[in-house]
Amino acid sequence: MKPNKNIILKNWPIFIVIIILSVSPFRMNNYWIDVFFFFGIYALLGLSLNIVLGEVGLFDLGHMGFMAIGAYTTAILNTHFGIPIIFLMPVSALAAAGFAWLVCSPIIHLRGDYLCIVTIGMGEIVRLTLINNPFGITGGPNGVFGIDFLSFGGPLVIDSSIESYFVIWIVVGLTILALINLQRSRIGRAWNCIREDEIAAESTGIDVRYYKLLAFVLGAGLAGIAGNIYASKLMIVSPESFSFIESCMLFCIVLIGGMGSIPGIIIGSAAVSLFPEIFRAFARYRMLIFGAAMVIMMVFRPGGIWPRKRGSVEFKSLLTKAGEDNV
Amino acid sequence: MFKDSSLNTEKLVESKPGEERIKIVQKIALETQKLTKKFGGLIAVNNFDLKVNRGEISSLIGPNGAGKTTVFNVITGLYQGDGGKVIFKGEDLAGKKPHRIIAKGIARTFQNIRLFSNMTCLENVMAGQHCRSKEGTWSSIFRTSYQKKEESEIRKIAKRLLQRVGLWKFGDELAKNIAYGNQRMLEIARALASNPDLLILDEPSSGLNDKESEDLMKFLKSLLKENLTILLIEHHMNVVMGISDWVTVMDEGKKIAEGVPEDIYHNPLVIEAYLGKEEEEEEEI
Amino acid sequence: MRIFLEQMLNGLTIGSFYALIALGYSMVYGVMKLINFAHGDLFTLGSYLGFTLLVWGNAYVTSHVGLAGGMIAAMLIAAIGIGTAGIIVERIAYRPIYPAGRLPAVVSALGVSIFLENIIMVLWGPRYQAYPVNVVPTLRFEIGGIHITLLQIVILIFSFILLAILYYIVQKTTFGAAIRASALDRDTAALMGININTIIFFVFALGPALGGTAGVMVGMYYRQISFTMGWNYGLKAFTATILGGIGNIPGAMVGGLLLGIFEMLGSAYISTAYKDVFVFLILILVLIFRPRGLLGEKVAEKV
Ligand SMILES: Nc1ncnc2c1ncn2[C@@H]1O[C@H](COP(=O)(O)OP(=O)(O)OP(=O)(O)O)[C@@H](O)[C@H]1O
Ligand SMILES: [Mg+2]
Repeated sequence: MKPNKNIILKNWPIFIVIIILSVSPFRMNNYWIDVFFFFGIYALLGLSLNIVLGEVGLFDLGHMGFMAIGAYTTAILNTHFGIPIIFLMPVSALAAAGFAWLVCSPIIHLRGDYLCIVTIGMGEIVRLTLINNPFGITGGPNGVFGIDFLSFGGPLVIDSSIESYFVIWIVVGLTILALINLQRSRIGRAWNCIREDEIAAESTGIDVRYYKLLAFVLGAGLAGIAGNIYASKLMIVSPESFSFIESCMLFCIVLIGGMGSIPGIIIGSAAVSLFPEIFRAFARYRMLIFGAAMVIMMVFRPGGIWPRKRGSVEFKSLLTKAGEDNV
Repeated sequence: MFKDSSLNTEKLVESKPGEERIKIVQKIALETQKLTKKFGGLIAVNNFDLKVNRGEISSLIGPNGAGKTTVFNVITGLYQGDGGKVIFKGEDLAGKKPHRIIAKGIARTFQNIRLFSNMTCLENVMAGQHCRSKEGTWSSIFRTSYQKKEESEIRKIAKRLLQRVGLWKFGDELAKNIAYGNQRMLEIARALASNPDLLILDEPSSGLNDKESEDLMKFLKSLLKENLTILLIEHHMNVVMGISDWVTVMDEGKKIAEGVPEDIYHNPLVIEAYLGKEEEEEEEI
Repeated sequence: MRIFLEQMLNGLTIGSFYALIALGYSMVYGVMKLINFAHGDLFTLGSYLGFTLLVWGNAYVTSHVGLAGGMIAAMLIAAIGIGTAGIIVERIAYRPIYPAGRLPAVVSALGVSIFLENIIMVLWGPRYQAYPVNVVPTLRFEIGGIHITLLQIVILIFSFILLAILYYIVQKTTFGAAIRASALDRDTAALMGININTIIFFVFALGPALGGTAGVMVGMYYRQISFTMGWNYGLKAFTATILGGIGNIPGAMVGGLLLGIFEMLGSAYISTAYKDVFVFLILILVLIFRPRGLLGEKVAEKV
């Protein structure tokens, strides 16, 4: 009883956010619900890139390529073979993760900017290949359309804006729980060590190669899930959605929010997805303002809006449990 | 068994100093044979033989650029050697990856401190236990009870180590924010966290004041009681002479002398290597 | 064989654009360790600046200075303008962030890129613009069955002169040595008495200036320019930079020329649609086997 109460009291801002997120769609029109759906998609993608970029510090500017693999896996398997979307969710995740494993294995030893250009190249190869319609299965520049809605069987079909809103945010919520647990484990620690100092990490016993690949695989898997949800919501996927510029936006989400900071990523994805909507009135000037805002943001808060705070929890647990006062 | 033999060694050290000790092969914790490392045309380490006795503090000394750090880097797998063996627990470690080598029981520190700057001191030491823990991705995501237990074990060990090096009060500070001397100790604590058999330290007292050096020496000596062998690179002669059981001197990648501290202190070859070398050719052994 | 030679020539032409743009990436990266993502858009800005100059000065060019004079004037003014823009960008968007490390600067660079792209769109409109026909040499001739345009030759000559000058400055002069020293180790270079601020000024002026010049050349070569073209050229040039070995000036030149040739040969012999896939695959293959690029030296990181 008591600890439960404590959790709510200590984390009240989180619960307020959860309440706002679950009530607000009932007070919004469909347009804004969809805006918030895309906010959720960005959040999921931001969280997935955060594993690679924020936790491990690997420059990945081709992350949309992984989402594209997930989205097209869903689209093709659903439209050609009629496999239900719900089953394709894990399949898409596995496809994207497997793809990441395949392409990243030979290049994972590359340093910083070299890795960066290879991920860009990888993302571009995916996009260009999709445009070129190999074997006639990707539909070329037009993409694949006629994808089913997500259905849980029977009448439970996710076919309205509000339903897909809840689907994406529930997935985001579960992802956040998993990521928090990872951050507090030796896996998360190993990732951060690699980000801080690769050589020291290696000498401290961390298999750098393995943990880098793990980050790519997990990040890609999550992006694949985002692709699956995206495809079934839009019912169409086309190569433009997975451009280099979108990958750059994800990169910005992580840095604007704060590397490795989960609340930061949510704020960052809000900034990237809501900003253009709010400034819609400025029409042709809004992206100009957006670019300037990015610069200003980094000049004044280079660590991001909500940088990750370290420690505390572990440290305090040791203090109270042992009941010692040799501090 | 390990413990017994190291105790024996200590006794032997007292009774039979000098040359004879080298013959006691089974007491050797680490040995390099004809270790060689080249950087382009430069032969940084040249057919270098090093022996480290179990349960002792051995020092590797030599003038700047002699190749000491390079020897450490080859031993710990950071550099790929160009020849020779690194024998530890009866196995050749040459060519193994650094994370495998620390798992085998050789932990190290760096000449220019390399901490995980933006992580707390506690996390740094927890990270040091990576190779002694094993929970994987899924158990971490789902926070299984076994994973929680291992984590709390890791935390407790980290706490104990921080207390030993006197840094527990900084446990929740970021590593980059503590004083330089404390950072050196933290790096040693991180290395110890992997529960090594052999600890190798690259100039642990550089940048420390006299008091801190003194404490460090005491601390290193206290470690010997716990079945640990220590190999260190040092520039401070008082530290070297004060705590070493055995000293190896290298210059220009080669071993020029080895022996107990007193012998080394008076060895003309060593003095020459440090003070300048007019008759370089004749120095070679 | 004829196709091969023609494609080689086309490849060299495009490659010289890439090389000129790549130099900007490489110089800035060498000294600042910053990928200047705004560089591609500075290139576009140069192209538009040249466009406006040639449109306004159209009558003057045809009546007074002639085609050659017009071209040189347009490139020179674009170079000066974009060089200035490069310095302004550095002052406003990068300088305040250096202490915070490299990643925030990447985001800032992306921000500048978006900003520039959109300001070009606002100023010149979202539609394609076409360079005026009458100020660009249109002569084309045939040598041994190979089609060559006068413009191609002029562009190749101009860019090789520029590359040669830059090569000379960087590899042969004291100032060039200072740049290379700063690229190796900025702090030590500063201790040795090299004025890092001068170096930064130089690379942020000269890199974009070369990019702006390339922008004018591209405008003349393809006629059509659009406000989004900076992404594509920037990406290719950045690829070229990495291919040659980032921070390495001759590497950027070689990388750019090779990339242009690969691209053209790829489109001639493999497929036009897959030419960029081909280019990126080559890049990845090169990096797998030479992790520091073609001319980059393999250095064991000092521990
Ligand atoms: N990564 C490297 N690349 C090229 N040369 C290197 C590298 N690491 C070391 N060297 C060279 O190898 C030689 C030995 O260097 P090392 O660092 O081992 O010397 P050291 O004995 O540790 O000196 P110090 O007392 O100054 O630490 C030096 O000449 C050094 O310049
Ligand atoms: Mg050294």
